[in-house]
Amino acid sequence: MSFPTAHDLIARLEAGETTARQAAEASLATIERQNPQLNALLAVTAEQALADADAADARRQAGKPLSRLDGVPIAVKDNMCTRGVPTTCASRILENFRPPYDATAVRKLREAGAVLLGKANLDEFAMGSSNEFSAFGPARNPWNPECVPGGSSGGSAVAVASGMVPWSLGSDTGGSIRQPASFCGVVGMKPTYGRVSRYGLVAFASSLDQIGPFAQTVEDAALLLETIAGHDPLDSTSSTVDVPKYSETVRNGSLKGLKIGRPVEFFDVQGVDPEVTAALNAALDKAASEGAEIIDVHMPIATEYAVSAYYIIAAAEASSNLARYDGAHYGFRAPDTADIVEMFSKSRAQGFGAEVKRRIMLGTFVLSAETFDAYYVRAQKARTLIQRDYREALEKVDVIAAPTAPTAAFPLGSKLEDPVQMYLADIFTLSLNLAGYCGLSLPVGRTSAGLPIGLQLFGGAFEETRLLQAAWQVEQVVK
Amino acid sequence: MSETVRLDRVEEITLDRVRHVALLARLELGEEEAVRFSRELTGIMTHINKLGELDLEGVEPTSHAIPTANVFREDTARPGLSNDEGLANAPEKDEGCFKVPQII
Repeated sequence: MSFPTAHDLIARLEAGETTARQAAEASLATIERQNPQLNALLAVTAEQALADADAADARRQAGKPLSRLDGVPIAVKDNMCTRGVPTTCASRILENFRPPYDATAVRKLREAGAVLLGKANLDEFAMGSSNEFSAFGPARNPWNPECVPGGSSGGSAVAVASGMVPWSLGSDTGGSIRQPASFCGVVGMKPTYGRVSRYGLVAFASSLDQIGPFAQTVEDAALLLETIAGHDPLDSTSSTVDVPKYSETVRNGSLKGLKIGRPVEFFDVQGVDPEVTAALNAALDKAASEGAEIIDVHMPIATEYAVSAYYIIAAAEASSNLARYDGAHYGFRAPDTADIVEMFSKSRAQGFGAEVKRRIMLGTFVLSAETFDAYYVRAQKARTLIQRDYREALEKVDVIAAPTAPTAAFPLGSKLEDPVQMYLADIFTLSLNLAGYCGLSLPVGRTSAGLPIGLQLFGGAFEETRLLQAAWQVEQVVK
Repeated sequence: MSETVRLDRVEEITLDRVRHVALLARLELGEEEAVRFSRELTGIMTHINKLGELDLEGVEPTSHAIPTANVFREDTARPGLSNDEGLANAPEKDEGCFKVPQII
């Protein structure tokens, strides 16, 4: 499957060979054809999109486009606030919620002239690895609709992989961009914590959440990232580090002398599909034949303990963040309750799905007085050691290469009954969020069943330029 | 307090414990659901107990991966949501206020 990239579309818009209106209409036609089966988008904003596209065409006609991507269609994960447009987090509890403001990343897209086509499906409140925990049905993998697209940003990945839009936004708390990118055969990037404002991103785990791009190419991801990145007074954790023009330098790297770390322990994990390992090794061999140096590095704690530390920290933060859904101010309220505590308990019981409840329970448990030191503080200390694994490895190499997921996309329903098995699907992605650094997944091959396989690359804090350059180089040799 | 939980053995999350946590989380649980959570949380905690193997003596906890400092903004008035906008998503409202069941 191959569709025009955002850069292809931009070139044609700039040359006057097509219009934003035509691009939006083509997107809407693909959505109409594909979405009933794939369920990638929960809302399609057709009317507004066409109006926005016409406005973009008028600006370009007048020689005053807002940016290079003025008029290019996009989809946004449905946990980012869009003013007046339903933002459900794929949860019954927010089914009818219409935010009174835009998330900062969405505002920046609008200011650049991007045309919002719709809101993408996800696991409820971004909690899940398969998109099966959406209250509105799972998105499906375009390479095999009987398989999951990955999660939680499954809809955002599917929308790009099926050609509905050239690119999209997702959010990544423990792999929720990179893992579905791997499963759907597209590029997905988690920027450094603080690179993109979280204002208006519905909070799941505030110390881990980060918004990032999905695209068909590394170059598109670079352009989309530079559009949404930057300091925001409305998010005090957003960084003041300057945002380079990633898209202008993305081709400037070289494989000659590039040091790629290969974390020995990641490749030793049991249960990794040999086809995944083979595809990764083949990609690294190609990079090496072009002059890259593949160097063994060690990240034992990031491999062995990330799942445990992550599920304590993420669940703890989630249980606290989701306390706001109480049926009082917005969202679902259970009918006919006698008093306010019953209103809270019933609204939450009826409004949240199974996985969200599981994480709220887990988080409340680890934060309760008797267990706080044993679990939560211990997990935070383990986090320190996990970050040290990354820091020390990155002192020796430019980027680190790893599998994105142990397997290609798995069949719908195959992990639903066993939460621990589902959590282990994220074993290679979780640690990056705990470390706070940047990473991405790019497609490097396919299984014998034809399902995409992703390679993950990690970079240091605010080293997105180098990461994207390395990824672009690898992308060229695996083409 | 840390003495009450040991990571060198698997702690069963009993039904009573599940009900207590559900109360803290303001989450009404049915009987079947409580039984399921007891089983699932025990399974998850069994895996998580792996952290007990790590020597964490003298290791500082990390709450934020990227160092951050508290940020104060200028204390100046700026436009916010109007009353109508603020109430637009309210499940129930009355005279410009959120309406909820009786509290006291």
